[in-house]
Amino acid sequence: MKQTISVLVENQAGVLNRITSLFSRRAFNIESLAVGVTDYPSLSRITIIVDSGNSVVEQVEKQLNKLVEVIKVRTLDEHSMIGWELMLIKVSANARTRENIMTICQIMGARVLDVTPTTMTMEIADTPVRVDDFEGMLRPFHILEVARTGIIALQKGSGKM
Amino acid sequence: MAMTGAQILVEGLLRQQVEHVFGYAGATICPAADALRAAPQIGYTLVRTEQNAGHMASGYARVTGKVGVCMVTSGPGATNLITGIATAYMDSIPLVAITGQVPSHLLGRDIFQEVDITGAVTPFTKHCYLVKDAAQLPRILAEAFHIASTGRPGPVLLDIPIDVQEQVVRHVEFPQEVHIRGYNPSVRGNEKQLDHVAAAICKAQRPVICAGGGVFLAGAQQRLREFVEKTGIPVVTTMMGLSLLPTEHPLNLGMVGAHGNVCANQALSNSDLLIMIGTRAADRAIVSPKELQKRLPSIHMDVDPAEIGKNMQATVPLVGDVGVMLGQLMDREITVDCGTWRETLRLQRSAELSRTYPVRTGSVFPGRLFRLLGQRLAPDAAVCVDVGQNQLWACKHLRLGGGRLLTSGGLGTMGYSLPAAIGVKTAQPERQTVVICGDGSFQMMMNELATVRAKGMDLKIVLLRNGVLGLVHQIQNQPPYHGSFGVNLEGDPDFAALAAAYGVESIHVSEEDQVEEALDRLMAAKGSCLLIADVSSQCLTTD
Ligand SMILES: Cc1ncc(C[n+]2csc(CCOP(=O)(O)OP(=O)(O)O)c2C)c(N)n1
Repeated sequence: MKQTISVLVENQAGVLNRITSLFSRRAFNIESLAVGVTDYPSLSRITIIVDSGNSVVEQVEKQLNKLVEVIKVRTLDEHSMIGWELMLIKVSANARTRENIMTICQIMGARVLDVTPTTMTMEIADTPVRVDDFEGMLRPFHILEVARTGIIALQKGSGKM
Repeated sequence: MAMTGAQILVEGLLRQQVEHVFGYAGATICPAADALRAAPQIGYTLVRTEQNAGHMASGYARVTGKVGVCMVTSGPGATNLITGIATAYMDSIPLVAITGQVPSHLLGRDIFQEVDITGAVTPFTKHCYLVKDAAQLPRILAEAFHIASTGRPGPVLLDIPIDVQEQVVRHVEFPQEVHIRGYNPSVRGNEKQLDHVAAAICKAQRPVICAGGGVFLAGAQQRLREFVEKTGIPVVTTMMGLSLLPTEHPLNLGMVGAHGNVCANQALSNSDLLIMIGTRAADRAIVSPKELQKRLPSIHMDVDPAEIGKNMQATVPLVGDVGVMLGQLMDREITVDCGTWRETLRLQRSAELSRTYPVRTGSVFPGRLFRLLGQRLAPDAAVCVDVGQNQLWACKHLRLGGGRLLTSGGLGTMGYSLPAAIGVKTAQPERQTVVICGDGSFQMMMNELATVRAKGMDLKIVLLRNGVLGLVHQIQNQPPYHGSFGVNLEGDPDFAALAAAYGVESIHVSEEDQVEEALDRLMAAKGSCLLIADVSSQCLTTD
C-alpha cells in the first residue's frame, strides 16, 4: 500500500543523508521523495512516498522521530490530504501532430512551455493519477524526456502538523 | 576572552565534568592534544589501537554512568574507531567520540588521511556533527553530551577539522542549558497506562519480569530490586541485564535465551504475564517473539518508543525512564498472588544451581571454573567478559554476589573485555576487575597489556585456551555444516612468555584438581595476572 509520510526537519546539511540512510538500512524502497523549505526558513518539509504495510510505516515513523533533526512526523491519510505532483514532459511533435497534443493539454489542464519544429515541452501539476494519465495520453506521440518532482502533500482543511 | 577551537573543546569537556579521555595521537588532532596538555585535570590514556579507545570509554561509562570520551585522528584513526562506536551503539552506551579532520577548505578532495567519518558512522551513532565553525563548538559540545546521556543513551561523534581547532573565537559563550526542538525524550510514564499495568500485574498468577541492560542505563538497579522484592515477581534477565540482581537472589532465575538458563526459559514459557523492562526483546533473548506474543499478554517498559513493537508486540506499552516508571508503579497498590509459581521456579532454580560438572583430565571444565571464580570475587567486582564460548559459559555459570558484568551483548565484538576492563579500572582503580576471554579474543586485544603496564593496573585475566575459535568451531561441527574450517588457532603464542614480556605474571592450569589453587593464586597476585586455563576444544556451551 502506498503511504505518504510528511516530515518536518531542521533545514541543515546532512539531514537528508540521515533520513535516506534510515530507509536504506531497513531495505525499504522510497518511491518518491521531495524536499523544500517551509514558511519558516529554518524548517524543511520532506514528503516521502513508500509502498509498505502499516507495521513497517509505523516503525519508520518511530525511527524518523528518533533523529535529532526531525521535528515532526506524520503519515497522512490519503482521504484527508492533498497530494500534488509536477511533471515536465517533452514529446516529438510536428505540424501534423501539434494540434492533437494541444487538445490533450487543454483537456488535462497542462501548459505548453516550449515548442520547436520537432518537439513540444509541457508542464502539468496535478494528482499523481492525473499526471500518469497525461503521460499515457502522450505516449503515442513518442515521449523524449520526463521529469517528475515526486509528490508533495499537505493535510486538507485547517489542520496542520 | 579569545580562545581557539581546541581550547573551547577542552573547556567544554571540563564544563561537562569530563575527567578522562582515551585516545590516540595523529596530525589532525594535534591542536586538541595541545589544549589537553594544558589541562592536567583531565586524565589521558594512550591506547594501542583506536577501537580500544571506544571500548575503554564504554567500560568507563558503564560503571560510572557518565559519558565516556575518546579522541582520535582523522582517516585511519577514525575508521579504526568505528568498531568501538558501533559496539557502544548496539549496547546504548553514552560516548562522545572526537575525531580530527583535514582542513575544512580541503574537505571532499580526498587529501591525505581524509575520510567522511560522519557519513560512515551515521547509521550507528545517535547523532554526529561535522563542526565547521569554532564559535558553534560550545553549543555543539553541550548538545553532544546531552544527546549521548539522555533518553536512550548512545554514542555521538564530533568531527573537527584541524583549522576549526585552530580558529580563534573572540567572544566565547557557553550555553547554560540545551534546547533542541526535535529532541525531547520521555521521562515519566503515562499515568493511565500505568494504571493498566498495575491492574494487569495484580491479575497475573504467573508473572515474570524480563529485565535488560536498559535498567543499568537508567541507573535503576536499586529500584528494580525494590520493585521485585516488594511484589515478589520472579525475574529473568537478558545477557545485558546480568548482574542486575545477585545470581543467588531468591527471585533471580538467570538468563533467558538460546544460551540461557533452563529455568529462566521455562519461566518464560509457562508465564501468564511477561513484564519487559529496559530490553529490546532481541533475537538472542526472545527467540520466537511472534509465538510468545500470541500466547501471553505482555507489558513493555522502555525509554525508546521505537523499541516497542519492533521485535515484539506488547499488550501494554509504557514509554519513559524505567527507573522513574518503576517508582510511579510503586506508588500504586500492587499485590501479586503468585506464591505457588514462585516456589516452583525457586525449586527448579536451586536444582539448576546445584548441578555438578563433568570431570575431565588434561583440561578444565569452564562451568566449574566460573563457579569457583565467583566464590572468590569481591562483592562489588566488575567482570568484563569477551565473546564466544567463554562468554556463554561465563554468563550461564558465573555467580555474582553483587558487582557488575560487562560484555558486548549487542554487537558481540571480540576484543571488548580487556579494554572495557581498563576503562573500569581508570574510573575506579580500587574496584576488583576481572577479564574473561578466549585465546582468539585475547589476541584481538593483547596489545592493550601495554596500557595495563603503563598505568600500573591490577587486572585479573582468565584466558580459556582451547586452540580454536571455539564458538564458531562448535557451530561448524553441527549440521548443516560439515566440520571445522578456518578456526584453528595454530601459531598461538606462548601466552605466559607474552604476558611476561609485558611484565604480567601468569599461572597455567590444565587439571580440575588444580583449579582452586590456581584461582586463589590469581586473586592473590600482586598486580595484574593472567590465568591460562586449558579447555577442551570439544567442550560445548550446552555441556
Ligand atoms: C570481531 C569479531 N570477529 C568475529 C566474530 C565471530 N566470532 C564469534 S565467537 C568467535 C570465536 C571466539 O573465539 P575465542 O575468543 O577463542 O573464544 P571461544 O569461543 O573459544 O571461547 C568468533 C570468531 C566476532 N564475534 N567478533
